Amino acid sequence: MKLTNILVCGIGGQGVMTATEILAEAALSLGYDVKKTEVAGMSQRGGVVSSHLRFGDRVLSPQIAAGEADLLVGFELAEALRWVHMLRPGATALVNLGRLVPPVVNLGLYPYPEQPVEQMRALGVSTHAFDASALALQLGNIRLGNTVMLGAMADRLPFPADVLRDAVLARFARRKPDLLELNRKAFERGRDAVAKAAVA
Amino acid sequence: MGAPLPASTSQYLFLSGNEAVALAVRDAGCNVAAAYPGTPSTEILEVLSGYSEVYAEWSVNEKVSLEVALGASMVGARAFCAMKHVGLNVASDALMTMTVTGTEGGLVIAVADDVGMSSSQNEQDSRYWGRFAHLPVFEPADAQEAYAMTREAFALSERQRCPVILRLTTRICHVKGRVLAAARKTHVATGFAKDAARWVMVPGNAKPRLSLMLARDTALRAESEASVQNASVGGSDRRIGFIASGPAFMHVREAFPDSPVFKLGLSHPLPIDRIRDFAASVEQVVVAEETEPLVETELRAAGIACIGKEVLPRLGELSPDVLRPAIARLRGEPAVASAALPAQTVFPRPPTMCVACPHLGVYYTLSQLRNISISGDIGCYTLGAGQPWNALDTCISMGASMGVALGMDKGRGPNDANKSVVAVIGDSTFLHMGMQGLLDITWNRGNVTVLLLDNRAVGMTGGQDNPGTGRDIHGKSAPRIDFARLCEALGVSKDRIRVVDPYQLPVLFKALREETKIAEPSVIITDRPCVLIDDYEAERAYKVVAERCTGCGNCVDVGCPAIHVTRREKAVKASGKEVDLSFVRIETAACTGCGLCVQPCAPEAIVHAVPEHPVAFLRKL
Repeated sequence: MKLTNILVCGIGGQGVMTATEILAEAALSLGYDVKKTEVAGMSQRGGVVSSHLRFGDRVLSPQIAAGEADLLVGFELAEALRWVHMLRPGATALVNLGRLVPPVVNLGLYPYPEQPVEQMRALGVSTHAFDASALALQLGNIRLGNTVMLGAMADRLPFPADVLRDAVLARFARRKPDLLELNRKAFERGRDAVAKAAVA
Repeated sequence: MGAPLPASTSQYLFLSGNEAVALAVRDAGCNVAAAYPGTPSTEILEVLSGYSEVYAEWSVNEKVSLEVALGASMVGARAFCAMKHVGLNVASDALMTMTVTGTEGGLVIAVADDVGMSSSQNEQDSRYWGRFAHLPVFEPADAQEAYAMTREAFALSERQRCPVILRLTTRICHVKGRVLAAARKTHVATGFAKDAARWVMVPGNAKPRLSLMLARDTALRAESEASVQNASVGGSDRRIGFIASGPAFMHVREAFPDSPVFKLGLSHPLPIDRIRDFAASVEQVVVAEETEPLVETELRAAGIACIGKEVLPRLGELSPDVLRPAIARLRGEPAVASAALPAQTVFPRPPTMCVACPHLGVYYTLSQLRNISISGDIGCYTLGAGQPWNALDTCISMGASMGVALGMDKGRGPNDANKSVVAVIGDSTFLHMGMQGLLDITWNRGNVTVLLLDNRAVGMTGGQDNPGTGRDIHGKSAPRIDFARLCEALGVSKDRIRVVDPYQLPVLFKALREETKIAEPSVIITDRPCVLIDDYEAERAYKVVAERCTGCGNCVDVGCPAIHVTRREKAVKASGKEVDLSFVRIETAACTGCGLCVQPCAPEAIVHAVPEHPVAFLRKL
């Protein structure tokens, strides 16, 4: 069986690693062999984080090779562009339009890419872009952004969306039951948003 | 997509290599575990501290942690110690004699190499310690093997009565995979047997033990030849046979599924006889090992022809991406054109100091001072070398800021005559290995100003406790070191020790100006908690009143990631000089009200977001 390779990227503190962990739990619940690895830079906030998830019958190397990712999930706009070369030709990217501008850009040392989504589409990547940060804020907390993004992935996996939703809700039921309903909502908002997002 | 595996998945745990090692240490009946935090090894002890069956501690440094483990082994307890690669440099003095005394209770040392250097000052290959110290080395290839080999390492340690090195790399420590655990064991310490000839290492006692150590080499070689962790994995394409260990094994299997591989699990001493047989079964041998050409060199010395670093990189990680083109070149095959999209140019995004980090005040102040040399140290505050502060001139090893500063002072020539020497060190790094350096400064009357950044945490590795926090590894109340009194005891004059609030820029600036002018050792302790630990309390957030912002950019120089430039303009001053203006906003949702940016803002454009009123930033410490 061909492996499924999913690359989730963003910046430290956004919940990239947690989201990938939940995705891994969903794949594990179906009996897949799963490996997950991060390139996290220094163990600090604000740096680049990319999390590789591979699952299938038997996973050997934990790293996704360039050009072999089936799905790219960008928690931040420029970060999605940074990792777009990891996608196999014709694959899909799900992108949060929320921008997190780093100090090096504020200092005027580097520009922020002007039109990252258009740049990705010009490369032939089927790019679903929507503002997950705004959706999270509408629900009252920017931290819901990773659940919104998980919802966005739900219909693009080789298993039913319910499996992922159950994994998300199981985690909150276990750790933060008071946030269960809010996360259920965030998950569905992400799912709807990506279905409605313009694709090119 | 095929059908998922039918395995009874409920038995599997999903663990990182670090978590797997910790579980195996517990399951092996280990009694004592000690470590100093260090990426990528930190989580091992964090997880172990959650197991009530094991005594776990953060030690002040790696050498002490290894000595704690040895002491436990001497009384017949099973003992474990974890560290990052550079930690074993610190602990090596103890290691090199422990190998002579040997151990009683099983003793396993996990050492995690930062291959690829995600968070370290160098890249080194800890497999050399096995050679240098005559000790066996296990190299797991994933979390499942990390579990199994940790268990086996305790058994081997007790069979051969020596410490066993478990060599991990970042790509083992931080990769999660499925793990099946085995039955747990318990162990009761057998008791200390006084035996000066064994435990008192004076020349007369040590000499006879050296021959025992050499005899052990032979026994270990036999262990390696017989070990199930060293095994040939079949493959029909006999043109190349690979020899691989650690994560490289997985990459080789992935990239060349048809090639035979000899997998090294107990990789030192090498099972030379078995490798010789393997080599005879293939046309050509390629050694795939990360960083140093160690196995390759030893195979050549044993008369086994092989290829290694001529075709594979000396630095960084191996991966299928790296292996495929290298082996294609070796075979004389044309390189397969990559189907991957071209990588896009995006600004770099180095890790930043956090919003309201107390170090921001320190580096903003240092960046305003001229004619100073700043020797730095290892921690979050090493980021002070970067933008926008550029206010850290050296970073070498744990505690090195002290000795380097003294050397800069004593070695200065005419070009540096007017410069002040400042050393910057964090609380935990100071306690790890900085104290001795400060003692050297005071004893030798160095003209150095030490900035001791006390943020009550080992910040870089995730906010662990240390003797300065008043808490132990479990977060329970523990004796707390008083840094001012400690510095005084180390010989700094009481008048030359100040405790300041790094959020109060004028106070910090004045203290630095004054202390650098006095030609005596002085210590400025900055006292504010790391914003990521529970001690930190957020204050009311700020915002920028856009119409008052003049675009001077002073607040941007503080370096807080919550300050964003909204537009840039150029303006011509009365003098005719052109200046760049940066108009700003504050991401109020991220701001925790430290007030650092308020202080350099001349037009008083920064105000509390809710309710809006004038700001008083000076607070009592």
